[in-house]
Amino acid sequence: MMAPLFSSKLLLVLLFGTLFGLVLGVLPGLGPTTGGALILPFTMTLDPLSAIILLTSIYCAGTYGGAITAVLINTPGTPAAAATCLDGYPLAQKGEAGRALGMATVSSTVGGIFSVIVLVFFAPILANLAYEFGQPEYFALAIFGLTMLASIGDGSPIKNLIAGAFGILISTVGKDFMTSIDRFTYGINELSVGIGFIPVVVGLFAISEMLTQSTLLDQVFKRVALKAVKLPTKDDYKKTWKTILRSSGIGSFIGVLPAEGGTVASLIGYSEAKRFSKNPEEFGKGSVEGIAGAEAANNAATGGAMVPTLALGIPGSATTAVILTGLIIHGVRPGPDLFKEQPEFLYGIFGAMLVANVLFFIFGFFGAKLFARITLVPNKILWPMIFAVSVCGTYSLSQSIIDVWIMLFFGVLGFFMRRYGFSVVPVIIGLILGELVEGTLRQSIVIFDGNWLMFLTRPIALTFFILSLIALAFPLIRSKKNKKII
Amino acid sequence: MNNVRNKKRANKSLPFFFRTEFKVFFTIILVSTILLISTFSFDTVPPILNRGIQPATFPKGLLVLIIVLTSIIYYLSFRRPWKKEKNLPKPFFLTIISFVLFIVISKTLDFFLAISILSIFVSYNWGERRVFYLLLVSIIFPLVVFIFFEMILGLRFPPGIITNLYYY
Repeated sequence: MMAPLFSSKLLLVLLFGTLFGLVLGVLPGLGPTTGGALILPFTMTLDPLSAIILLTSIYCAGTYGGAITAVLINTPGTPAAAATCLDGYPLAQKGEAGRALGMATVSSTVGGIFSVIVLVFFAPILANLAYEFGQPEYFALAIFGLTMLASIGDGSPIKNLIAGAFGILISTVGKDFMTSIDRFTYGINELSVGIGFIPVVVGLFAISEMLTQSTLLDQVFKRVALKAVKLPTKDDYKKTWKTILRSSGIGSFIGVLPAEGGTVASLIGYSEAKRFSKNPEEFGKGSVEGIAGAEAANNAATGGAMVPTLALGIPGSATTAVILTGLIIHGVRPGPDLFKEQPEFLYGIFGAMLVANVLFFIFGFFGAKLFARITLVPNKILWPMIFAVSVCGTYSLSQSIIDVWIMLFFGVLGFFMRRYGFSVVPVIIGLILGELVEGTLRQSIVIFDGNWLMFLTRPIALTFFILSLIALAFPLIRSKKNKKII
Repeated sequence: MNNVRNKKRANKSLPFFFRTEFKVFFTIILVSTILLISTFSFDTVPPILNRGIQPATFPKGLLVLIIVLTSIIYYLSFRRPWKKEKNLPKPFFLTIISFVLFIVISKTLDFFLAISILSIFVSYNWGERRVFYLLLVSIIFPLVVFIFFEMILGLRFPPGIITNLYYY
């Protein structure tokens, strides 16, 4: 599994990706998704394996990096670290920032490695199952992915569905891939080839975040002093090993479901840790179990989310949507054929994720203090620089200024979407899945000779449709409890 | 507790067209309707080339779905009004203006000049007053980015009054 990694170039890429991921994770507002989107154009200069290793190492390290700021400044560097704040910061305030970060580092590493093992075992099984899939099954699967995203994802399910449908709509811009008829091009030649992934991804994540930061300039962070990261004590291990294992399982499972993996996983991991704890009253006041529960789960979601991404081409999270974009622009089509034809490519990715988890443990353990200093870079300097990189990166892909304008348009749109409770993640996933949804639907209709009811005669497709209905009904049932449907 | 929650919610006494829910609903419906109408002008293919459905059918279905779902969230907002958002601060609008400036300058004068002007404009309006840092974001960093993309990645940037000095 590790053989493809024994090249100095790949190791260098892995090292850079891990360091860069940590930096991104530490900076609130950036994170692995935005960072991955920013670096995507640069990966064009790399071979496919190096490019995907770079993106996956950013994903693993960035997910962990969010814990550093969660513990030290009570601000999650990534949304997935939100639950870590609940106990990480109170523990740091008690003068035990090193212990809190030590626990976060160990549980993140264990969760991450556990999820890679899940990935290695389950991705090929799922890929084998996918051999049974025809066009109707893929259509049903894509619909299931989108409905899962709407129901488990962050925010209102109906708004998520609207965002997902909008993402699919964007994918229809340009020449129809079956008949070459222009759609939504309005005479603009550049739109004939469609709207690229990168301008949309960079706009929705990086530029919209820049606009969000412009509204948060009066925010003041209170930093807690950190002397050194400490490994958990024997007592801490005794207290938390069950929590770490449980959260690793929860995170991996949640990650496999096509939804916003890490964030949901960490919240469930945290609440389950509290439910099973002998000292639930300590939660929220600096419990190491709380930190372990959240961190093991969010890092476990990384490997889990890669399972459907690689086996089926359905992204399991926002960052894996960026990784999937990377695969597509490098001409690698995820799915069962990838497992059969390019196993060394996949083993390279699995190995890289494993090594990235070990690397961020080392960097986190010895360099957390240094990474924490990155948060001192003021937004008024950082974001203009990010803008320059975003613009040049987006331009570089097809050397088109129209792409830059599209990026800015989606940046403004993304800002307002987030402001009014529409998650931007379904837009990206809709955009990625759009061609698959439309293509498989149209081919299915040809196969069924226009009889839509024939979908119900295919057991796998029918199962996915039923699961989609359950996924849609789930928030309605949940909303009876907490009234969050809009 | 309920009082606090109610204060955070939109003021029901406002006329309906001033409420956030209506503005969002109206915008989405308006854009979707315009797009839906435009789908009727898409070319059609003869039955022999038609793969299942006409090219306009799928986008039409999506737009109808968006309109229906938007109507549902608007209807539900009567029962449970949305949280009232804070007014947007001045730096936000200045950042938007800087985007417009960027588009105009990159189209008429120079791509890198546009990046420099946007960087200094944003940095200054976000509160940076130290000359070194303003120079860093507006000149030094864009220069580093230019060198990186041009020399290492071999990218050719669009011609402009400054970029031409390098190319010619």
